[in-house]
Amino acid sequence: MAAAEELTLLEKSLGLSKGNKYSAQGERQIPVLQTNNGPSLTGLTTIAAHLVKQANKEYLLGSTAEEKAIVQQWLEYRVTQVDGHSNKDDIRTLLKDLNSYLEDKVYLTGYNFTLADILLYYGLHRFIVDLTVQEKEKYLNVSRWFCHIQHYPGIRQHLSSVVFVKNRLYTNSH
Amino acid sequence: MRLFVSEGAPGNLPVLAAAGRVRGRAEVLISTVGLEECMVPFLTRPRVPVLQLDSGNYLFSTSSICRYFFLLSGWEQDDLTNQWLEWEATELQPALSAALYYLVVQGKKGEDVLGPVRRALTHIDHSLSRQNCPFLAGETESLADIVLWGALYPLLQDPAYLPEELGALRSWFQTLSTQEPCQRAAETVLKQQGVLALQPFLQKQPQPSPPDGRAVTNEPEEEELATLSEEEVAMAVTAWEKGLGSLPSLRPQQNPVLPVAGERNVLITSALPYVNNVPHLGNIIGCVLSADVFARYSRLRQWNTLYLCGTDEYGTATETKAMEEGLTPQEICDKYHVVHADIYRWFNISFDIFGRTTTPQQTKITQDIFQRLLTRGFVLQDTVEQLRCERCARFLADRFVEGVCPFCGYEEARGDQCDKCGKLINAIELKKPQCKVCRSCPVVKSSQHLFLDLPKLEKRLEEWLGKTLPGSDWTPNARFIIRSWLRDGLKPRCITRDLKWGTPVPLEGFEDKVFYVWFDATIGYLSITANYTDQWERWWKNPEQVDLYQFMAKDNVPFHGLVFPCSALGAEDNYTLVSHLIATEYLNYEDGKFSKSRGVGVFGDMAQDTGIPADIWRFYLLYIRPEGQDSAFSWTDMLLKNNSELLNNLGNFINRAGMFVSKFFGGYVPEMVLTPDDQRLLAHVTLELRHYHQLLEKVRIRDALRSILTISRHGNQYIQVNEPWKRIKGSEADRQRAGTVTGLAVNIAALLSVMLQPYMPTVSATIQAQLQLPPPACSILLTNFLCTLPAGHQIGTVSPLFQKLENDQIESLRQRFGGGQTKVSPKPAAVETVATAEPQQIQVLMDEITKQGNIVRELKAQKADKNQVAAEVAKLLDLKKQLALAEGKPLETPKGKKKK
Repeated sequence: MAAAEELTLLEKSLGLSKGNKYSAQGERQIPVLQTNNGPSLTGLTTIAAHLVKQANKEYLLGSTAEEKAIVQQWLEYRVTQVDGHSNKDDIRTLLKDLNSYLEDKVYLTGYNFTLADILLYYGLHRFIVDLTVQEKEKYLNVSRWFCHIQHYPGIRQHLSSVVFVKNRLYTNSH
Repeated sequence: MRLFVSEGAPGNLPVLAAAGRVRGRAEVLISTVGLEECMVPFLTRPRVPVLQLDSGNYLFSTSSICRYFFLLSGWEQDDLTNQWLEWEATELQPALSAALYYLVVQGKKGEDVLGPVRRALTHIDHSLSRQNCPFLAGETESLADIVLWGALYPLLQDPAYLPEELGALRSWFQTLSTQEPCQRAAETVLKQQGVLALQPFLQKQPQPSPPDGRAVTNEPEEEELATLSEEEVAMAVTAWEKGLGSLPSLRPQQNPVLPVAGERNVLITSALPYVNNVPHLGNIIGCVLSADVFARYSRLRQWNTLYLCGTDEYGTATETKAMEEGLTPQEICDKYHVVHADIYRWFNISFDIFGRTTTPQQTKITQDIFQRLLTRGFVLQDTVEQLRCERCARFLADRFVEGVCPFCGYEEARGDQCDKCGKLINAIELKKPQCKVCRSCPVVKSSQHLFLDLPKLEKRLEEWLGKTLPGSDWTPNARFIIRSWLRDGLKPRCITRDLKWGTPVPLEGFEDKVFYVWFDATIGYLSITANYTDQWERWWKNPEQVDLYQFMAKDNVPFHGLVFPCSALGAEDNYTLVSHLIATEYLNYEDGKFSKSRGVGVFGDMAQDTGIPADIWRFYLLYIRPEGQDSAFSWTDMLLKNNSELLNNLGNFINRAGMFVSKFFGGYVPEMVLTPDDQRLLAHVTLELRHYHQLLEKVRIRDALRSILTISRHGNQYIQVNEPWKRIKGSEADRQRAGTVTGLAVNIAALLSVMLQPYMPTVSATIQAQLQLPPPACSILLTNFLCTLPAGHQIGTVSPLFQKLENDQIESLRQRFGGGQTKVSPKPAAVETVATAEPQQIQVLMDEITKQGNIVRELKAQKADKNQVAAEVAKLLDLKKQLALAEGKPLETPKGKKKK
């Protein structure tokens, strides 16, 4: 999914009606937003945070200093780790780490839904759709979290819904 | 909250600089962990720095840790900052890791390093100049500045990688670098080693493959050597096999040494010590010893080298001393010149000439330069208001007046220059002047004097600097001093004095005056050479063929980089001007200054009475050489460095290698059958050797010494892992393996003896005698590691090289030389405060760590059970923590950690 497309999804999920135009910069097609009353903004997470503020939903950036830092940390993770890697081994490590992190968490910050959940969901979608049932079971916590976010109102939109089997099939794996 | 950092992790820089923000708001405990330790339970690969929050959550992203510190201090997030941080993570970091990897791990330089980051640097520069703000996100320094500064600092602190044309970036970077939190973070993380401090970290990074190679795998320790390419290994093996045959023939000794067309001709000067002061350790490391290392290195490279120095003998101070001792000034100079010469001889300084300035040649050359300046209209005449002490009945030379600096208010400013702000002062501008001899207040009297018209010469000087500076090895402090002088504009400089003991001024009406030492002292280099050979002009009027390196402490920079070049340019006689001006910072003694009058510090003549050999002094002074910033001599540190680096590391390795040859192979170097592991070691040693050369070519003397110690650490570990003493008792194959390991080790020892030669000439000669190293191999150092001790070579008798320094011995020396108290060096923003332990206790811990480290390595080498290894590693880490605590250095991973 191109970054501009993702930002359009985000706008809709935030309830922003206007619809911005995005241009893309360089090889990596980094999104650029030309704002009306200021300089342009460059970068997926930068623009995303800007849109959140535009929609008056600052709570999605975290409410305490700790939460804010954690949200930004996972946004950085999204653009450096998730987007940076396409080889199988890296993705496996990434899912393994994320699975272990989410073991005792509902959302990335713990108990509050934030922008980090949205953008990580968008970023991981292309990998999760390709997982086998066995792999989904292996990354059980990621699957639980992913399934939860895709059912969060207004987030998934036209993206395909990933099916997760409720009953465990491979009891030996963990 | 708890902050985990690792030695040499670049992320420490911004994090420590930002940590200051939370002081007084929250408590940050800082702990040092190994680079390999996984501090974040859910992450597979180790990350440092890591912040563990009180809630149990972890921040493992450097920017997020900084962001958190800023948020805690009440700062609000904004779009512009977010944009910079996102750019830093996605664009800057990959480019920067590639550049640093090329620089530090692969030893590349110049455009190879700058290439990958140039676009990013230009981007910052343009943004800064476009928005016309001093900082990235506005008028004040903020999160974005700290994060980007921290990322860039390791590279940009070397001015070679801060392109001149990026002016906005430069001034932004320099502003931040001088701010206290940043400065402190830089000191803590880079430890005065510059970018090399990051070597352990960067070596563990995979080789970057730009533009999109951003894999962040952390290879486990055992596979570290694999970062070398097949090609590098193959080349190292080929070079090794060529052996002695690839050494060129030795340059014949010349007398006198004269430049040779088509060769590299290196002229080296050390600042001339003032004759009636016995030099202290700071003077010795600042010029004479530093220049000696470079001169010896230059000869090892077979460059045609002339190294000269001498005593600076004219001036009031000599006159006064003569009165005190009831001798003539000439007798005083004769007497003290010998004292100086003896001290430098003891320190094994390899002057080609050690001359003096009170010679007829000095008068001839000085007067010639003066006449040329005069006829070309570069000399002005003016009436000078001068300080005269009525009680002493004489005009006061600058060094005999003290007062309050008119620029910075420093109380003990000298009459010519303020030690604090470094600005030149006209003695009559001093506030509250005092005669240094009798402490009475001098009066202002007028007298006629001559001035060098510097403003008229300024343009020529700038032209010359414009040609000389780019690409040269002028130290950053020297560039900075010259730049700030030019920025303030040059003023006419008085070059005469009302004295008798000096070079006479050949001009009517000036019969009772002499040249000011700073006009003629730098001419001393020329006259000293003229006394050595009547063909001195082949060195000094030959800028096309001669490369002039001048060594000094930073207070001498204006005279060598500005006043003398102006005289020489104005004289229009094709003088050789300084190509590389190498200035050190100051060396302090324990916690204060050296002071002859207070009897604090070690002076040249006393060093020999301590019973510590000259080479140990040389080693320690060079190890702490104030390169880049001030450093301090410390007795305890000297003991530790001697016992850990020299005795346990270098001495231990060389001695073992030689002993194995004697004991197991009857004194003959055994056959070597290199395995792929051995070949990789060859390549690794070669890499470090190249690094040594690169550093010394840039006159980074202290840093290059580290390369020697690194190679011997590789060697120690190689012996430890391969255990020749066990294998020699085993099967035929085992015995052959023992032979290969011994042979390779003793060849590394031979290489080290040559690399060590500039630093410790006596020890180097001792090793070479013990190993019976063939003569050409003793005096030539190539950029390849050669097999210089082939199978069948017979070595001599091997004996230990170094002696342990004992604590009570050092303690009594400390008391004898005053300046007793030891304080822990400046600490980072927030640390666990701990008491410093006894050096003995530290030594015990270090020994234990070495032992434990060997156990761990052996287990790993045997591919032992994981749990067993983990248990031993845990013990090792615990010991390291204890040591860190004992040393009172929570941020340092203790010495004794030996990496491959």
